Amino acid sequence: MSVVLYRIDDRLIHGQVVVGWGQRLNIGFIVLVDDEVRANEWEQELYRIGVPPSVEVIFAGVAEACARLAEWEGDGRKGIVLTGDIQTMAALCAVMPPPRRVNVGGIHARDGRTERLRYVYLSPEEEAALQSLARLGAEVTAQDVPTARPVPLAELV
Amino acid sequence: MSEPLIGVVVAHTEVAEALVGAVRAIAGDDVGLVAVSNRGCDRAALLKRIDEAVAGRPALLFTDMAGGSCGQTAAVLARARPDLRVVTGVNLGMLVDFAFHRDVPLEAAAERAVQTGRAAVVVVGGRP
Repeated sequence: MSVVLYRIDDRLIHGQVVVGWGQRLNIGFIVLVDDEVRANEWEQELYRIGVPPSVEVIFAGVAEACARLAEWEGDGRKGIVLTGDIQTMAALCAVMPPPRRVNVGGIHARDGRTERLRYVYLSPEEEAALQSLARLGAEVTAQDVPTARPVPLAELV
Repeated sequence: MSEPLIGVVVAHTEVAEALVGAVRAIAGDDVGLVAVSNRGCDRAALLKRIDEAVAGRPALLFTDMAGGSCGQTAAVLARARPDLRVVTGVNLGMLVDFAFHRDVPLEAAAERAVQTGRAAVVVVGGRP
């Protein structure tokens, strides 16, 4: 049980997460780690709309998530921990128990980024940040939905 | 009378474009609808795309799944703009009706879209 997916996805809680992964993995909770959403109750309600009542949604700031990760890892249910960017996932990786696996689910087009996959665009700094995660011992793959092939980091950078 | 409302259909991949194309095939070209796809967008980019499609006009934002990225982003924009409303669960029946009833106040248009959209979902067939 515990956390079965650590995902970076700049759309945060959306269809691919709730339906694509959530139903496939039969999850009981989703943790959204994002300081802005943690401070905005209106946005939290927005993210809850698409989540079935059987799935608990937990909103956490970055520091709070690092402190509570062991609690979620020990949860009797299966869960997804979600961040909107690589930097936040890097903070979690420092306290994540091995084997560390990080799913790149969606980093979309923005100035300074170049396309690596249809759903992954990276700046040189973000590419280096993902490589740093790998050096910390994390297995980094890109995969938008469970039925897609996991693309190893070496093919992204 | 003020300008007729416009509708901005915001949906995954090619859904919005296909729906708007279908409305035009049924109702003609002057349907007051604009299609926006979330393809390749994070939330900020999608917000910009929707804002550009609205172009400062009073509008209904039709989105696909209530809890999806399109619905969430449309809701964020509408929260800041009193002349926008979001209607989720868009379907063809809802849009075709909207195309012919754009000269109504925003709130009434939103309520009408919800009613026609729901009425368009029925079970057909089965044994007599």
